[in-house]
Parts: sequence; structure tokens; C-alpha cells
Amino acid sequence: MKKRPNYNLILGCIIAGLTVGMIIVGIFWTPYEPTAMSGGEKLDAPSLRHLLGTDNFGRDIFSRVLEGARSTMLIAAAVVAIGASVGTVVGAFTGYFGGRVDAVLMRFNDMLAAFPSILLALVLISLLGSGKTNVIIALGILFIPSYARIVRAEFARQAELDYVKSARLMGAGHLRIMFVHILPNAAPVLLSSIAIGFNNAVLAEASMSYLSIGVQPPDASLGRMLSDSQTYLLSAPWYAIGTGAAIVLLILGFGLISEGLGDSRRA
Amino acid sequence: MDNDIVLKVEHLTVNYSRRRGSTEAVSDVSFELRRGEILGLVGESGCGKSTLARAILGITPCSSGTVTHFTRRPQMVFQDPYGSLNPAKSVGWIVEEPLRIFGRYDRAERRRRVEAMLERVGLGTEYYSRRPSELSGGQRQRVGIAAALIVRPQLLIADEAVSALDVTIQAQIIDLLLELQRELNLSYLFISHDLNVVYQLCDRVMVMQSGHIVECADVQQLYSDPQHPYTKKLLKE
Repeated sequence: MKKRPNYNLILGCIIAGLTVGMIIVGIFWTPYEPTAMSGGEKLDAPSLRHLLGTDNFGRDIFSRVLEGARSTMLIAAAVVAIGASVGTVVGAFTGYFGGRVDAVLMRFNDMLAAFPSILLALVLISLLGSGKTNVIIALGILFIPSYARIVRAEFARQAELDYVKSARLMGAGHLRIMFVHILPNAAPVLLSSIAIGFNNAVLAEASMSYLSIGVQPPDASLGRMLSDSQTYLLSAPWYAIGTGAAIVLLILGFGLISEGLGDSRRA
Repeated sequence: MDNDIVLKVEHLTVNYSRRRGSTEAVSDVSFELRRGEILGLVGESGCGKSTLARAILGITPCSSGTVTHFTRRPQMVFQDPYGSLNPAKSVGWIVEEPLRIFGRYDRAERRRRVEAMLERVGLGTEYYSRRPSELSGGQRQRVGIAAALIVRPQLLIADEAVSALDVTIQAQIIDLLLELQRELNLSYLFISHDLNVVYQLCDRVMVMQSGHIVECADVQQLYSDPQHPYTKKLLKE
């Protein structure tokens, strides 16, 4: 079989690389101080001076997008890290052992999945209070079930295979079988769902900030900026367009990576 | 004489509980396996051969009867050379894993033993870092045999170990099994539905029909003068 280059993966890596690269540059240098206001330049259109124009306080939108994208990405990465690691452990145990533990945990999973996630996030935030850390905790908890389900299905499938039986015969313990023998085989599935989960986390953070239960000002966040830009949609459309484009780019890169990983798994 | 026995199975019965009552997959099976003996177990698929093997290895619980091992834990070679090797690991890792679990040797000693074992099963050390997916069915089965023998068991249970292979590869693996058996004075419980293979390899043969051992005799005697009607029927096919 002839191997076609994995365009999705390549393109995804390029886009994700560029956005992440820009975000990293933004940590050290932005054209303007993201919080610096300038009374004379309110809602200016994009120009060479301000690449994406300025907002209602005269702040440079490009600089703020860089800063906002950074905090959005960090939150998304932390959320996925919590969701994927806890979800993997839960999924590994339930998928491998099956039986009663499996039934109980999976029904609990179904229960969590039955509610719209934004609603659950609202409940958790109102319990925990708002702020960056609490957004991460709330979304992290919400992300556990989807990973648990994916990992569980994979572990249940793998546990039936002869290499697992042969490992048992060799005298390997359950933990060793789960995390040394089976986990590497579940990794491809896990990796592509981590990439797509990252996207969902970006969107979830943006929607929470948009509903102003996420990141609080003066911290910049893409969702927050999108929410602010709404008021000036007609007078200063570049505000919303620039911010929205940043979210799209951030998601597109990782979406394509996930897609590409899926392709290479099926090939 | 008794210390020449590696495995003793007495009145072994295995029940599978279903929704309506239970089925006897293995009923009242007794036999002994001597050191250096190759015992064949034949029967149609679904007659309880694999269940018997699993019960002997302790994977499936016995309903009644006893299984007594007089040696270290027996090892097993599986039928499917594709599913029985971990696809995410290298050949060297797979063969070394039993030694890691056994935990008596340091890294260099383990590596030395693994390489010697790979040579022994005819693979050579260049296969050390290959993945199972790069190997053919026969080569994979050699890896399976290497992994089973690396802890030096005295009893090897082979469940349809050559059934998935081409005839020429089958012959090579059978030759390898015979060589290893002579060299290491191993005992085999060789499970197969293929009477030709069993004839080539085994000293003694048990015939199993729906959970019962219906006949057990030396290979020459069984093939020339079968007693039980079921054995006659199998041989005719």
C-alpha cells in the first residue's frame, strides 16, 4: 500500500506551531502593553500602527489577543491534563476489571454527561467562586468522563487479547499489565482525543468567559474579549473579527492534528 | 517414579454458569504428564480443550478436582501469533518481560539471556528491536516460544500453537519444538484439532469429546488401532 503524506497532521502541526510560537513570543514581547490605554485611539481601525486595531479603551487588540490566547491556552492545557490523567486512571480500572466497579462508575459518568456541560460548569463555579484556578478545576472535572469513556472502551477491548493473558501467565501484576502493557496500546486513541479535548477546552473556556463566569478582568481571555467586542460589532467589527480569528486558528491547528492522528491510526 | 511426573490432573471438572443452569465444559478429567513427554490433546473445536488448558494454568477456576504441578509455573504458547504479542513493544522487550517480572537478574544479564534465547529459537539478535507487526506468523510464533521458555519452565502448554501457520512454517515450528524438547528435557501438553500435527509430534494422545476424555493411548497404538468410535470418526476425516 502506498503511503500518502498525512496532510491533516502536517498542516495541523504548522498552524499549531505558528500559533503557539506567537503566543510564546507574546510572553516576552507584545507591540504594546496589553493593558496600556490610550484615550486618543479608541476603536481605531486596523493599521500598521495597530495591526488589529484598538478596543474601546484604546488598547492594542493584537497585543491583547496574544495575551488572551496565552491564558486561554494555558487553561485549556491544564484542563486537558486534569481530565486526561484522571480519566485515564478511571477508564483503565473500569475497562480492565469490568464488573460492579465498572457499572457504578460508568452510571456516574452517564449522569455527568446527561447535563449540558456549561450548566455543570455554572454550578461548579458558583460553588467554587470564579477565577482562573477555579475555571481550571471546574472544567477539569467536567472533562474526566469523556476520557474515562474512551480509555475504558480501549482497555476493555485490549484486555481480551492474548498478550494480556500471556502477561498474566508470566506473573505480571494488574497494575503492571494496565499501565506498562496496555496503556501504550491505548495511547494512539488517547492522543487524538487529547488534541480534540484541547479544542473543546478552548471553546469551553471562551464560552465561560463570554458568560463572564470565567477569567475575570483585568486578565485578558479570548472569550472575555469576544464578549466585550459584541457591543461594538457594528462600529468596530475588527475587534470581534480579530479575536474570533484567534480562537479559530487556535482550534484549527489542534483539530487538524487530532484528525491526522486518527488517520494514521486507521491507516 | 513419582518424581518423574510434572503434572497431575485428578477428576477435574469445569462448569460454565450460564443464565439457565450451567454447562460442563470439562468433566471428570484425570491424567498425568511425565517429564520429557509430549502429550497430545485432540478434539473438535468447542470440546473443552482450551478450557482444560486454562484450568490447568489457573486462568479459569476449577469447579471440582485438583491440578497438581510438580514444577515451576508452566508457560503457554498461544494460537494466534498476532494477538499474543504486545503490538506496542519490541521483540526484545516482550521476551525480556518475564525475566523483569521474575526479577532475579540485572539488566546486562537479562539482555544476554534474551539474545541467547532469540538465537536459540532461530531469530538472531537482529530481531531484538523489531516490532511484532514487522514479523511473519512463523517468526511471531518463535517470539512466543522464546518468551515462554525464557523463565525455563519444564512444562509448556501449546494451544493450537501451529494451527494458524502455513504447512511449511508449521513443519519448521514443530521441528523447533522437538529440538527444544530434547535439549531442555521439556514436557509439552500439545493441544490441536489437527491429527497430522499431533502424529508428528506427540508420544501419547488424549482424545476429548464434549468435555470427556474418551480415549488415551500411545500415538502408534491410537493411530493404528483406535478403540473409541469417536476416535475412529476423527481419524477417518
